[in-house]
Amino acid sequence: MAAEHRPKLSKNLLRMKFMQRGLDSETKKQLEEEEKKIISDEHWSLDLPELKEKESLIIEEQSFSLCEDLLYGRMSFRGFNPEVEKLMLQMNSKSKAEEVEDEAVELDVSDEEMARRYESLVGTIGKKFAKKRDRANFEEDENGNMKKTKTKKVFL
Amino acid sequence: MAEAAESVVGSKARAARTVLGQLVLPGEELLLPEQEDAEGPGGAGERPLLLNPGTRSRVRVVCGPGLRRCGDRMLVTKCGRLRHKEPSGGGGGVYWVDSQQKRYVPVKGDHVIGIVTAKSGDIFKVDVGGSEPASLSYLAFEGATKRNRPNVQVGDLIYGQFVVANKDMEPEMVCIDSCGRANGMGVIGQDGLLFKVTLGLIRKLLAPDCEIIQEVGKLYPLEIVFGMNGRIWVKAKTIQQTLILANILEACEHMTTDQRKQIFSRLAES
Repeated sequence: MAAEHRPKLSKNLLRMKFMQRGLDSETKKQLEEEEKKIISDEHWSLDLPELKEKESLIIEEQSFSLCEDLLYGRMSFRGFNPEVEKLMLQMNSKSKAEEVEDEAVELDVSDEEMARRYESLVGTIGKKFAKKRDRANFEEDENGNMKKTKTKKVFL
Repeated sequence: MAEAAESVVGSKARAARTVLGQLVLPGEELLLPEQEDAEGPGGAGERPLLLNPGTRSRVRVVCGPGLRRCGDRMLVTKCGRLRHKEPSGGGGGVYWVDSQQKRYVPVKGDHVIGIVTAKSGDIFKVDVGGSEPASLSYLAFEGATKRNRPNVQVGDLIYGQFVVANKDMEPEMVCIDSCGRANGMGVIGQDGLLFKVTLGLIRKLLAPDCEIIQEVGKLYPLEIVFGMNGRIWVKAKTIQQTLILANILEACEHMTTDQRKQIFSRLAES
């Protein structure tokens, strides 16, 4: 009888922290659920079907010049405009030259030469980082290569 | 769904490989080689049993002008002949429709000839023959800075390329490449003659093995600029020579090789 006549407290009041101690577990759950609902309602979301992440195998490309390998649009003949004529050669040979370049990559410095260069470089740079008193230890041998003559003194 | 779409089109989708060089019509659906075995001859009813259907060869296909991707399908949007280019390294190559049209639609990367119609603050308005004038920033010229403005007047001819060309947006042009060099772009010199031809003729003339251009180049000293928007600018030493050149280029669209050779030999005599 007493429970029926107990005045109902408002939800906002029940949600307050000091009121939660006395609540039974059922009403607690109900309140929590309602709170979650309010929060999720406040977040905006698009009402769309889920997009399927799918890799497309067709690529769109609306340019004719790529499809048909068209030439560069500026042309000059028989020396009318030497600037354009130079440009023409450069732009139109680009596509052909690229193919050739891929096959034969010309080397400015051969691998062997590079190795020799680095061999002497080790000593030179090593001297640079040595301390002043150690620098005396480096002596140039007859080849002009740096060489460490003395070993560092250590306690035995 | 697929059946409904097919009934709208009125005919069954054809395999792209079988219609190469043939006429295709807008709305038609083309099947790519890897889709053929699934939906091709047997139809959906008696699909051959695949051992491992998941690992079908996945090759990238480029659909060029006149074709549109619609999900996994390739649809035709222009009327013309279907063309195909074999890929240089792997992939399914490029398909496109070789069509005839006069109206230019801006495409990103295309080199075009435009006419400056207005100067407003930082940008020039350039008429390129599309549905809307293109915008061209004054900073998009070689060597241009805020202080050093390029000398461009209303009415000048501009050779440039598109950097922005979307369906519903104002196209944007530049006169420099990605490295900041002009590479022949910018204001086209004084004099000369500008005329319009079909877009198909421009592509025909710019093809790498075009005989017309090679023959024209032997006539006399001259300069030509081709815009992908169907505009050609020509200049020779005299007005008469310029006019002859313009007439030849215009007429050669519908001439046979013999007719063309006849005209060139007559020109060489005079």
